[in-house]
Amino acid sequence: MLELRKDLFADERDDNLKEIGKGTQRQDMLGHVTGTSPYFDDHKLQGMLHLKVVRSAHSHARLRRIDTSEAERSQGVRRVIRASDVPRNLNTLLSLINFGKDDEPSLAVDKVRYKGEPIVAIVADSPREAYEAIAKVKIDYEVLPAVFDVEDALKPGAPVVNEVYPKNTFTYHETYDRQQLRFGDADRALATADHVLEQRYQMSPIEHAPTETNGSIAAPDTNGRYIVYTSTQALFFSVDTCAKILDVPSNTFHFIGGTVGGGFGGKVDTLTEPLCILGAMLTGRPVRYVFGREEEMQYGPPRGAERIYIKDGVMRDGRVVARKVRAYFDSGAYTRLSSYAAVKCAAHLPGPYTIPNVHGDVYCVFTNRTPATAMRGFGVTAMDFAIECQMDKLAHLVGMDPMEFRILNAYRDGDMKAHRREAKNTALIECVQVAAEKAKWPLREDFKRMSSRKDGGGARAAVTPTPRETHAPIAAATQQRTTYDRAPAATREPPPPPPSSPPPPPRPSAPSHGATRFSSVFGTRRR
Amino acid sequence: MAKTALQFQHNGRDVAIFVDGGTNLLVALRELIGDMTPKFGCGQGGCGTCSVLIDGELHLSCLTLAETVAGRSVETLDGIKDGPNLHPLQRAFADNFAAQCGYCTPGMLMAAKALLDRNPQPSRAEVIEAISGNICRCTGYEPIINAVLAAASGGRARA
Amino acid sequence: MPVTVKTFTNTHDAAAALSSDRSARYLGGGTLVMRALNEGDISISTVVRASDHAMTRIDASGSRITLGAGVTFARILAERDLGFLHAPARSIGGPAVRNMGTVGGNLFAPVPYGDFTVAMLALDAVVSVQGGLGGREISIDEFLQTRDRQTGVLVLAISFARPGSTDAFRYRKIARIKPKGGAVITLAAHLPVNGSRIVGARIALGSMAPTPIRARAAERTLEGRALDASTISAAAAAAVEGTTPGDNALASAWYRREIVGVHLRRLLSGQE
Repeated sequence: MLELRKDLFADERDDNLKEIGKGTQRQDMLGHVTGTSPYFDDHKLQGMLHLKVVRSAHSHARLRRIDTSEAERSQGVRRVIRASDVPRNLNTLLSLINFGKDDEPSLAVDKVRYKGEPIVAIVADSPREAYEAIAKVKIDYEVLPAVFDVEDALKPGAPVVNEVYPKNTFTYHETYDRQQLRFGDADRALATADHVLEQRYQMSPIEHAPTETNGSIAAPDTNGRYIVYTSTQALFFSVDTCAKILDVPSNTFHFIGGTVGGGFGGKVDTLTEPLCILGAMLTGRPVRYVFGREEEMQYGPPRGAERIYIKDGVMRDGRVVARKVRAYFDSGAYTRLSSYAAVKCAAHLPGPYTIPNVHGDVYCVFTNRTPATAMRGFGVTAMDFAIECQMDKLAHLVGMDPMEFRILNAYRDGDMKAHRREAKNTALIECVQVAAEKAKWPLREDFKRMSSRKDGGGARAAVTPTPRETHAPIAAATQQRTTYDRAPAATREPPPPPPSSPPPPPRPSAPSHGATRFSSVFGTRRR
Repeated sequence: MAKTALQFQHNGRDVAIFVDGGTNLLVALRELIGDMTPKFGCGQGGCGTCSVLIDGELHLSCLTLAETVAGRSVETLDGIKDGPNLHPLQRAFADNFAAQCGYCTPGMLMAAKALLDRNPQPSRAEVIEAISGNICRCTGYEPIINAVLAAASGGRARA
Repeated sequence: MPVTVKTFTNTHDAAAALSSDRSARYLGGGTLVMRALNEGDISISTVVRASDHAMTRIDASGSRITLGAGVTFARILAERDLGFLHAPARSIGGPAVRNMGTVGGNLFAPVPYGDFTVAMLALDAVVSVQGGLGGREISIDEFLQTRDRQTGVLVLAISFARPGSTDAFRYRKIARIKPKGGAVITLAAHLPVNGSRIVGARIALGSMAPTPIRARAAERTLEGRALDASTISAAAAAAVEGTTPGDNALASAWYRREIVGVHLRRLLSGQE
């Protein structure tokens, strides 16, 4: 049951909530209970063709020869689409916000980098005829050594998964092989801590398993446009991605979506639309490209695997004085969104605790596994799992109650966070207190009286002196552009200056007012 | 491709179609009859979103060879409303917020109807058993179970 | 080649059609064959059906029970005389799958499915099949050992002796999802008792090999003994012997080997 604890932070909030705490009917509920909500696949178009893809049988292989001649003659086949048919056969999703290099073809060209990577697409009158033609495509593979483990991928001599990133790591700001956080001197603090605990955590890939599989239907419309029904979670993102890959203005497309049969992050990758539209362009007919369940589970992108090492220094009185984190995101063979997940992860360190010495290295690593993507809090989920497991172990190590241990270390208003921003509107202490109360978990009186708004700042607002690291700048990867990429070579900009420590923003003196405590992620709008 | 003539009752109405060999009932309903209420989720019997009633019995239309329903009665979510009025189960699902993305909802409603048609006052355990072949990835099942129980206790579920 | 559906009124003709065409599969409840077609299995281009009523007959009145291959799990659950088989029947799928899936089809279900067949193996069932040349009866052990070669025959029925007491047949399915889920492992035991001693014990395991198998070493530890704590311990320790489980999304081979003795102990000692 939903319970609003209006007693907490009552003076910071106008108690005028109109929606929160009240049931409000979904606008699409009537469609859902009558089965009339329009999902992408609920469109029956005259003369619709079916697209299926030939997928790589190997995790890492060079493509010596692809013979589609027999498939082209197969009954019911309207068109065989090969890599050379894709106008701009190299893309990365976040290129739309100028983040990362194009690294993934729609159809594999010279190499396959994960098992199940699309190589050839078949457009046929029926799914059965498409399957029969798939069996007739002959592919000559030269199998290459594959790497499936993030740490193995970083070892010298590891197979290069994706030539765009020859070190098997995503490159930030054209220079850095990781996201890095330095606050204070973690090594020195570890040397003087009463206890040091180092642990390894990891999480396997997790499939979103939406009940509706990924798919789309594209059909020629009047005036040279194409109408596209899609399962995408990111409609405008998908429009622009298709415009880029198919090398046409985005107003060529009329995308219709919005009713998604479960996504959870697994439907942001524009997996089916480009080939589906290309099929419609090349045949002049409506084309449907829908993943089967096995395709969705095996080759649909999962939440990526992560491996995390945490080394903490803790004092006998329970204060965590140092936290050193090394995390590896398994991006699979291509970037998709994992580069962004690593940024989010670094921004989340060291968790919601005030720790004076923090050292974080977060890598986005390429392996020969299925490319990973977004899923519900990705970038933070596994790290939080690791951090909270670690907090329990630390509490045990110093003989403290795990709830009280968290209250002791929780950040409070006025504390300095590892990113050199002042902690504001903190509420973890109150969260733990309420959770303990609900679970009938006994807390000592002094811990029950602690508050996010008391005893923060002061010494806890200090920025511990942070030693500068001298490291040779990592040579930026050569721009590996292959013949199939028609994009002009990007002009290289000089790398940005190394991040310096910005001074903490001045603390506004205006009294708190309104419902801002919970309102926003933007610092400028707080208090 | 050789086609086979097929006649059956669709939501109380006689229909006749020609199907290709091997066509499943889900494809026949959606593409040949135009009833989009049963959904494709897996084609394997794992998700239940294609559930329909065949002669009153719950079946998975994606695993049913279309030809096997010749002369039989097929009921889908499209047929459970009474004119403009929602079936009590549909109303209960809406009132109990028992749908989020809505994709499992047609199958859930048919599984629930199969239960209430046979057992108008089920226990909570019987409701859970009745929808155990249907996967919902959004709601966590509780609102759905509550909705079926609410429809049953309303005593308005038709036999 | 498009799929052709052939429907016959008698099993003899259906069996002939099945044995003469390597791309033909018999369609029972659809949970295996239609699934394969939906996933694009082009090795199947003929679907054979038989509308013979004998295929759906249940004879459960006497001490020898015969189930037609087309009998569904829902019908077994509706049959009061088959109470001892309700646990395995109920452990399969959700209601829709139980309304469709058949006893005959279950004989062909790959890991992690085929739970009912584990029960049949423990009950020393006999499988009646019709080939192109005629009918014959095969022990279920032999049928499962040669299962890959049996797709060309038509299974007509399966028969077995009714267990002597309700306690003599036991069944346990370990799944991660309740009430419905694929098996981590499945166990069934038939423990006939003469006086206070077990005579002719049969223990069957599912998901411990590519097909259901007997735990013969565990069976030997029970033979001629009373079902006491030391006998149960000996059987549990021997449960893993001769098994060759595989890895899948539900469990690793290692995990299956670790737990099979634990669950055999619980099955034999009557724990929930």
